[in-house]
Amino acid sequence: MGATPTIFNIQRFSTHDGPGIRTTVFFKGCPLRCAWCHNPESQSYAPELLVDSSRCAGCGMCIDACPEGAIALDDGGRARLDRDRCRACGECVDLCAQGCREVAGEPAAEPRELVEQLLRDRSFFERSGGGVTLSGGECLAQEEGYLAELCSRLHARGIRVAIDTCGDVPWERIERLLPDVDLWLYDIKAADDVLHRRLTGSSNMRIWDNLGHLARSGAAVRVRMPLVSPVNDDMACIDATIRLLLERVGTVPVSLLPYHAAGNGKYRRLDRVPREDFRVPADDELASIRDRFLDAGFSDVEIGG
Amino acid sequence: MGTYEETGSAALAGSRAEDAAQPLMTEGDVGVPAADAPAEPTFAGTFFDLERAQLDLIDRALGSIRVHGAPSRTTSHATWQDDRGMNDRVKKLRHQSETTQPYLDMERALIETKTYLAHEGELSQPELRGMVLRDYFAEKTIRIEPGELIVGEKGRGPQAAPTFPELCCHTLEDMHNMNDREQVNFCVTEDDLAAQRDIVIPFWCRRASRERIMEAQTPAWHDAFEAGIFTEFYEQRAGGHTCLGSERGAHAGFDEIRGDIEGAIEALDYLADEHATEKRQELSGMLLALEGVQVLATRYAELAGRMAAEEADPARAAELAQIAENCRVVAHGRPRTFWQWIQRYWFIHLAITSETNPWDAYTPGRLDQHLIGYYAADVDAGRLTRDQALELLECLWVKFNNQPAPPKVGVTLKESGTYSDFANINTGGITPDGADGVNDVSYLILDCMDEMMFIQPNSNVQISRKTPRAFLRRACEVARAGWGQPAFYNTEEIIDELLNAGKSLADARRGGSSGCVETGCWGYEAYPLTGYFNLPKILEITLNDGVDPRTGKRIGLTTGDPRSFSSFDELMDAYLRQMDYFIDIKVRGSNINTRLCAQLNPVPFMSLMTEDCIARGEDYNAGGARYNTTYLQGVGIGSITDALASLKYNVFDERRFTMDELLGALAANFEGAEYVRMKNLVSRRTPKFGNDDDYADAIMRAVFDHFHDAVTGRPNMRRGEWRIDMLPTTCHIYFGEVTGASPSGRLAGEPVSDGISPERGADTQGPTAVIKSCSKMDHAATGGTLLNQKFAPAAIEGEKGLDNLADLVRTYFDLDGHHIQFNIVDRATLIDAQRHPERYPDLIVRVAGFSEKWCNLGRELQDEIINRTEQAF
Repeated sequence: MGATPTIFNIQRFSTHDGPGIRTTVFFKGCPLRCAWCHNPESQSYAPELLVDSSRCAGCGMCIDACPEGAIALDDGGRARLDRDRCRACGECVDLCAQGCREVAGEPAAEPRELVEQLLRDRSFFERSGGGVTLSGGECLAQEEGYLAELCSRLHARGIRVAIDTCGDVPWERIERLLPDVDLWLYDIKAADDVLHRRLTGSSNMRIWDNLGHLARSGAAVRVRMPLVSPVNDDMACIDATIRLLLERVGTVPVSLLPYHAAGNGKYRRLDRVPREDFRVPADDELASIRDRFLDAGFSDVEIGG
Repeated sequence: MGTYEETGSAALAGSRAEDAAQPLMTEGDVGVPAADAPAEPTFAGTFFDLERAQLDLIDRALGSIRVHGAPSRTTSHATWQDDRGMNDRVKKLRHQSETTQPYLDMERALIETKTYLAHEGELSQPELRGMVLRDYFAEKTIRIEPGELIVGEKGRGPQAAPTFPELCCHTLEDMHNMNDREQVNFCVTEDDLAAQRDIVIPFWCRRASRERIMEAQTPAWHDAFEAGIFTEFYEQRAGGHTCLGSERGAHAGFDEIRGDIEGAIEALDYLADEHATEKRQELSGMLLALEGVQVLATRYAELAGRMAAEEADPARAAELAQIAENCRVVAHGRPRTFWQWIQRYWFIHLAITSETNPWDAYTPGRLDQHLIGYYAADVDAGRLTRDQALELLECLWVKFNNQPAPPKVGVTLKESGTYSDFANINTGGITPDGADGVNDVSYLILDCMDEMMFIQPNSNVQISRKTPRAFLRRACEVARAGWGQPAFYNTEEIIDELLNAGKSLADARRGGSSGCVETGCWGYEAYPLTGYFNLPKILEITLNDGVDPRTGKRIGLTTGDPRSFSSFDELMDAYLRQMDYFIDIKVRGSNINTRLCAQLNPVPFMSLMTEDCIARGEDYNAGGARYNTTYLQGVGIGSITDALASLKYNVFDERRFTMDELLGALAANFEGAEYVRMKNLVSRRTPKFGNDDDYADAIMRAVFDHFHDAVTGRPNMRRGEWRIDMLPTTCHIYFGEVTGASPSGRLAGEPVSDGISPERGADTQGPTAVIKSCSKMDHAATGGTLLNQKFAPAAIEGEKGLDNLADLVRTYFDLDGHHIQFNIVDRATLIDAQRHPERYPDLIVRVAGFSEKWCNLGRELQDEIINRTEQAF
C-alpha cells in the first residue's frame, strides 16, 4: 500500500455504481486477485504500461525512446517490453505512430484538489440523486488518511459518497469512514472459503466479518455478487451465499453482476494470459438465481449495476 | 380501386371564365392538345401567335411528362402488411410513401412558365407571384390515394418534387446529376429533360434569381465563396423558414383572411402614404395567392365528392364524403373538427411550399396546442376517439414524408445533402400565457412519432421547467429507439433568446425552434438563414498570411507571418481580424441577396400567414413581419477551439515545438516519422473542447464572443438585425473537405466539428463533460445551437438508463443549453450498415438538426457519424 494513492481512471457519467449519475474514482491496487477481474490493470498499486502489440508496426521508435532500454523487437518484428525493467514512465507513448501504448495509473491529486475536480458534475448529481463513488482496485486499501479526508471533504460539500469495496481490509478502515459514506457497495464472491481462496487468492473470513459489522452499524449496504460461469453460479453455491447473507446481514439489497469478457484484451496488453474458461451465465440462469434470492425473502434484487 | 387523378384544365377554364380580362382565357389554350393540332408549332405570325405557340408547346410538354407514373424503390418492409403503422390504412399509406422513389416533377415549372408568358410585365411582382400560385393550384394534377384521410400533394403525387426555376434554373447536367447520383437522387425522365431543354432553360436561364445573385457579388465574395469560407442560402432557394403561429394563421377561415386583406386595401391612404401603391400590389398578390388555396381546396372537395359517388365500399364512400365536406368547409371557413384542422393546415403547407422553395418547408409549430381544443371538443361530442385522432396524425405524418426537399445541386447540396425538408414540429413547451403546454395531444404525437419512424416531419419536444417528468421520460423512451427523434429543446432558453432579441414576453412564449434548431417567434417573424460560416478555415488562411494553401490564391487579409508572432494574443488578434474581414464580405453579400429576393421573389401566401404583413401591406421577404432576423450559422466551433488551444498550449505555453515546425507538419498533413510525436501530442495530450477543461473552453468562448459581437446587431435590410446560430446541417463535411490539416491533429479533408459538438474523438470525459463545456457558451445570445451525442444502446438501457438520459437532458437545460439530440446505435451496427447497405434500407440516424436514412448519406458523412465519440459506460 503506497503513501500517495494511484488513480487509473475517473469516470464521469458513471451509471452502474450506485444511484443516479455519478463520478467514479478508480484507485489502483487491490488485495484480491480475482480470476475473472475485468480490470487487471487495477490490481497492482504501481502505474503500468499497456501495449497493444497486435497493432504494432515494428517501426522501432519506442526502442530509442525508452530510457531503461526495456524494449526490443521480437522475432515477429514487434516491439517487446521487458516488464522487469519498465518503470511506466510513458516516454515511448508519444512516439508510437499506431497509438498502441498507454500508461495506466497516475498519482492522485491532493484530496482538496480532487474534490474540486469531482464537483464538476455536481449539477448532474443534484438532478439525478447521484454522487461520487470510490472504487478500484480497492479504494479502502489506499492510504487511510487520504481516503478519510476525501470522503469528509466530499460530504462537507454536500456530495453523496458511495464506496465500492471487496471488504478485505481491517475493520477499522471501514469504521473510520462510516460517518462520511452514504452507501456501501459490498462485493462478495462466494460463501465457501476454499472456493474463495481458489478464485481470489484470499480467505473470505474477514470479508464476511466486516459485512456483518457494517450491517450492524446501520450503514446502507448493497451487496454485489459477480456471477461467473462455471465457478460461482451453481445453485449450491448460490444457496450457500444466500444462507450466509441471511445469517450475517439479513435481506439486504442485492445486485447480481453477470461476468463479461470485456477485460480480456487488457490482460494481453499487460502481457498476461486471460482466462478463456469463464462464460456469461445464460439469461434464464440469471433469472432463476434472482428468483432464488426473491424466494429467500430478498426484495431488492437487480441484475446488473 | 383505380387511381383517381385529374388535371385542372376544367377548373382553370372555370376560374378563368369569371375573369375574362385575362388574355390567356381563350378556348383551347390549356389542357390536352386537340387531336388535329399541328405536330410542330410554328412561330410565324404576330406576337400573340408566338405566345400561343409557346403555350401550345408547354401544354404538349405537360401532357408528355404526366404520362409517367411514379418510380419505385425497395425498403426492408417487403409488403405493406409488415410496414409500420397503427392499422392497415396507415401501413398501406406509409408503404406507398416509402416505396416510391423521389422523382422530379416538371408540372409546376411548366405551369409557372405559362403564367409568366401571360402576365410578366403586366402585373407587379407580388401579383405575378400570387398568380403563379393560383394558376398552379388551378391546373396541377390532383389525386386522392386509396385510403387517404388527409388529401393534397405539392407535386403530382407522393414523392414528386417540383422545381423552382425562378430561383434556380437547372442545367441538363444538373438534371442528369440528380438522376444519377447515389445519394438524395431524383428520377428524371427523357420527357422531363426535353421540357427542361426546350422550355424551362430558354425561358428561365436569365430570369433565375441564382444568376442575378451571383452577378451582384464582388470578386472578393466569389474568392471566399469558392474557397469554402461561407455558403449562400439564397443561391438556390428563397428566404423562408418559419412556422404557423398566430391565432389568424392557426385558426381563421380563408374568407376571414380575405376580409382582412380587403380591409387593409380599403384602409390604404393614397393621400399621405408614399408606399400605398406598392402595398396595394402586395395585398392584391395576397388575394390571388389566397384564391389559389381556395381553388385547390374546392377542387379536392369536388374530386372527393365524385369519388364518393362512384365508390362501391360504403365505408370508404362515407370517408370520401367527409373528406369532400372537410375540403368544402376549410376552403372558406374555420375548421370545425380535429380532422378539418389538419386538412386546413395541410393546404396551407402545400401553398407555402409550392409558392416558392422556402428552405425548411413550413410547419404547424405547436401542433399539440393548436389541436387540443378540437380534440377535446370532438372527444366530448363522441365524434372522435383517441385512436381515430392518432390515425389522423399518422396520416399527416405520411403527408410530410411524401414531400422530399426540392432537388439541390452544387454547394447547396453539400451544405444540405438530405431529402428532409426540415418541417420541424415542436411538442410540449409552454402556452402563450406561460402555463405547461403538454396536453393529451402531446402524448399522441409522441406515440405517432414512435410508430411512424420517418425522417420527416422532423419531430422534437420542448422541455420546460413545467414539463411533467412522465412526458420527458416518454420522449426519452421514443428517442432511445435510436433514430434521433425527438430532439430535445429547452423552452426557457428559447424564451431567453427571443427576449434577448427584443421580442415581447407574450410573443417569445409563442416561439420555438424550426428547421434544424433555429429560434423564431412563430407566425410573427421572418428569420431566414443566410449561410454557413467556416470558422476553422479562417485560421488556415491566417496561418498562411491571407493565402488559401489549397489554391495558392490570396483571398484574405495580410495579417503577418505567424512565425513572427511572439504571443498567442498576437495570433488570436490576427485570426479575429481575418474573421471580421470575411464577416464583412458575407454580410454585404447577403444584404444584397436579401433585397434581390424581396424584389424578385415576394411570397404573398407566406405573408398573409405571418403577422403583421397584411396590416403593413408588406411582404414577408421585404420586412413585413413583426420581427425580422437574419441568421449566420457558425460551423466548427469545436475544431477551431482545438486548433487554437493546440497553438497556445504547444507553441506558446509549453513550447513543445515551434510555429515553424507546426506549420511544416500541417503542410505535410502530419505524414512522416518526424511528425509522429507531434501528432500524438496535439491529438491526445493537448486541452480540447468537450472535456470541461477551462483552458480550451475559454478559447471557445473568446471565438464565440467575437463571432457573436461581429455579427449581432448589424442591420439586415429588412428593418431587423443579424444574429448568429451554431448549426451545421451537412456543411461540416463540405467545410472539412476544403480545409487542410488542423493544429489539433485533424487531417486535411476530414470533417470539422458539427454544431457545437466537440471535434470527433476529442471528448474523452463522457457526456457530462461535453455538456459542461457546451454550457460555457452563451446560448441565450444565439438563435440556436446544436449538440449531437451518440450513445451505445447499453449505456442507457433499462428504467435506470431512461432516468439517466432524462436527467442528462434536464441538467443540460438547467445549465441553459438550447438543444441536444441523440444517436443511440452501436458503432458495429453502423460499420456493418456501411459495408452492407442493402441490409439496412431503413436505418435512420441523426445527422445534424435532422434525421436521414443511412443509405442516403455520403461515405464521408457516414464515416463522420461512425467516428463520433460513442458514450458507452
